[in-house]
Amino acid sequence: MLAEFGYGVLLVSFVVTVYSGIAAFYGVRSKSSALVESARRAQLLTFPLITISSITLIYLLVNNHFEVSFVYEVTSRSMPTYLKVTAWWGGQAGSLVFWSWLLAVFTSAVTLRKWDRDAEFLPWVIVISSITLTFFLGMIVVFENPFTRFWLSNGEVVPSMFRPSANATIFTPNDGQGLNPLLRHPGMIIHPPMLYLGFVAYVIPYAFAMAALITGRTDDRWTRITRRWSLWAWLFLSLGLVLGGRWAYDVLGWGGYWGWDPVEIAAFMPWLTGTALLHSVMIQEKRGMLKHWNMILVILTYSLVIFGTFLTRSGVLSSVHSFANSPIGPFFMGFVTLTLVSSVALLIWRWPELKGETEMKSMLSREALFLLNNLLFMSILVVCFWGVIYPLISELATGQKVTVGPPYYERATGPLFAGLLFLMAIAPLSAWGHSTVQTLGRAIWKSALAALVVTGVLFATYTQNIYAVVGFFLVALVLFATAHEFWRGARARQKAQGENIFAALGRLMGRNRRRYGGYIIHISMALMAIGILGIEIFQTETQGTVASGEKIAIGDYVVEYRELASWDSPGEGVNYTRAVVDIYENGIYLGQLYPRIDFYYDSQQNMTIPGQRSTFRDDLYILLVDWQPVSSIGATFKIYVNPLVNWMWIGSITFLFGLIYAAWPDRDPADAPARRKVTAGNRQTSAAD
Amino acid sequence: MKKLSNILILALVLTGLLISPVFAQDDMPTDDEVNAIAKQLYCPVCENTPLDVCPTEACRQWRELIRLQLSEGKTEEEIKQYFVDNYGARVLSEPPRTGLNWLIYILPPVFILAGAFILFRSFQAWTKPRAVEADSGPGEEAGSTSQKDEYIARLEDELKNRK
Repeated sequence: MLAEFGYGVLLVSFVVTVYSGIAAFYGVRSKSSALVESARRAQLLTFPLITISSITLIYLLVNNHFEVSFVYEVTSRSMPTYLKVTAWWGGQAGSLVFWSWLLAVFTSAVTLRKWDRDAEFLPWVIVISSITLTFFLGMIVVFENPFTRFWLSNGEVVPSMFRPSANATIFTPNDGQGLNPLLRHPGMIIHPPMLYLGFVAYVIPYAFAMAALITGRTDDRWTRITRRWSLWAWLFLSLGLVLGGRWAYDVLGWGGYWGWDPVEIAAFMPWLTGTALLHSVMIQEKRGMLKHWNMILVILTYSLVIFGTFLTRSGVLSSVHSFANSPIGPFFMGFVTLTLVSSVALLIWRWPELKGETEMKSMLSREALFLLNNLLFMSILVVCFWGVIYPLISELATGQKVTVGPPYYERATGPLFAGLLFLMAIAPLSAWGHSTVQTLGRAIWKSALAALVVTGVLFATYTQNIYAVVGFFLVALVLFATAHEFWRGARARQKAQGENIFAALGRLMGRNRRRYGGYIIHISMALMAIGILGIEIFQTETQGTVASGEKIAIGDYVVEYRELASWDSPGEGVNYTRAVVDIYENGIYLGQLYPRIDFYYDSQQNMTIPGQRSTFRDDLYILLVDWQPVSSIGATFKIYVNPLVNWMWIGSITFLFGLIYAAWPDRDPADAPARRKVTAGNRQTSAAD
Repeated sequence: MKKLSNILILALVLTGLLISPVFAQDDMPTDDEVNAIAKQLYCPVCENTPLDVCPTEACRQWRELIRLQLSEGKTEEEIKQYFVDNYGARVLSEPPRTGLNWLIYILPPVFILAGAFILFRSFQAWTKPRAVEADSGPGEEAGSTSQKDEYIARLEDELKNRK
């Protein structure tokens, strides 16, 4: 009964969404504001409708309704309630409902804004977001229905929404399969919602961009309205990526946080275009240039969001054949192609009207360096996209499956990331409109000198590896140059206003959140780069099997195996095997670590939880690989020393701080007057923002 | 299942112990030597998982196979080739540089260079006409400054006056 109710509500939301899109379209064509208003209300209605359907699904999940196949697949009796709730996005069908629900939240929020000044955008924003929501809801109601139940029909169990034959009865399994244990980690519980929030939030800037194209409003109004949306979308996407990395580091048991897995790259690609957009949109706002390019970036980001969902949801990554077998694969592919082609067609239609208002004057101006930054981001995108796609092409063309793994990505993206670091150091010092080698040189020589000194010290005391040396120099350059920017601004204010330096710094930052939030993000990126350099270049590992009392040495560390215990926890349905090891550094006792393996009975899967000791210098990361309970051979450990990896997480927290600082609501940027059209001969030579 | 795998491992270890006297004990390859090769190979059954960290029983046996082959004196290349011959090119962390696979190595640099070229030509196109018009602009400079956030203008003035 409840399942039918939930499905019914989903069907109604689907119909309402379709109506909303069509009504908005005809409303704007026939200039009927009543019809547009009706579309707006229909759009607002999708939020409560999908909410009701979601609550129904959660109710079924929490109350062990295993007759519903989705509930059976992702929960089991032994799972705690909070995990049953999060199982909502733990499986295919549920996660699509979650996606739709978030989109309904965002589109409802956006239709509630004041539209007085942008009334011409409203119907088109509704049309675009309705098309997207229709697609997802359609996929759910037709192919991936989370309310499908098991039926006992003629002695066979069949999944079906409705009674498959007259004599069929509902079949309720005793217990469910349970959520994949890897997904029960706190990081994995928050990671998908963050990623989805980021994904879905990018639909809004895209909808506004398309509305701008359709209405022919070619000023920078759409970028101003969606600036904060893009920033929050970027925040959630970044957070999703970082949490995913932390989760991998904590539960996947391969001693790292990023494996260049296609699923990771699927989420990374929209981040790349989103980051490029974040920068190039500023050029449009400041200089009235690159209108075409920003359109291309927002279209790419949207398409990559859908494409990323497709990659992870259709099974195409395991095999192109599973793509053909899964009903949603071709459906997804069709939608991505359709939206991409029609967006590009719209862009081409408006191409002549989107001409830049000013032109580039100097190859070292801020806008020119931003363009280089965009080129680098696009290059990384090309490498990633091709790396993900090529195995599929190879399988289709030759039948041969190939793996494109970390060596390919690292070799190709390493220099590009280094280039980005370099731009991060110099671009903030360049001026809009015009910079020369002399002005840039004057601004950076002190930072460069300081970075050289630091690198020299590192060279003498820490490493002679050329990649590491170059990497550390660039990191130091970014840190010094950015710190110098803070100092220069604060000192100027201090002198002019007679404030003390801290008050001056505080006011300076408060007056231009986006600029200084951005600088904090640059600093965080440099900190993360330290962690990446550390683990990529200096990671060491060893593996050994030892009896109790025996030791394994790695670098300055010695790990001594003490004991091992294995026990069942019937309430949780888990078997824990936990080893106790003493750790020493240069002979000094540091404490104990407890690497363990959790075996989940319901899903018959292992989870390897490392014992970790984290410091600013390195992480000691110990995995229990294997154990022999009956012999004296003891246990097998795999031990990693991951130098500097903690800076990755320190950088992530700094990043979060910087982003929230930049995105925190103050004056609504949409209320600020639009930038006056700049005439061709106009010059702006400010170094500010 | 867990028990079964333990018995299997025990059997493997015991066979190892029985076989090992045939070879000099010191020659038995260490886990690190095995992992050094396993790291470069990908699990033939799981997606995108390097063999050295793959927790499945199949991979455990493949690692033992590497150990066995190492103890027989096979080189790293020979062992990798053995896996390619038996399980296909997908066990390698990168596609072998043959035939169609060259696309993966050639296409990204071509695209990146093309992007750089387009950007460079755009720069040229943008900067050229400016050489003539740049001189006609100074009268509007003050106007453009006044439209900026007044704080930024003040900060700029402060910075100029600092020296």
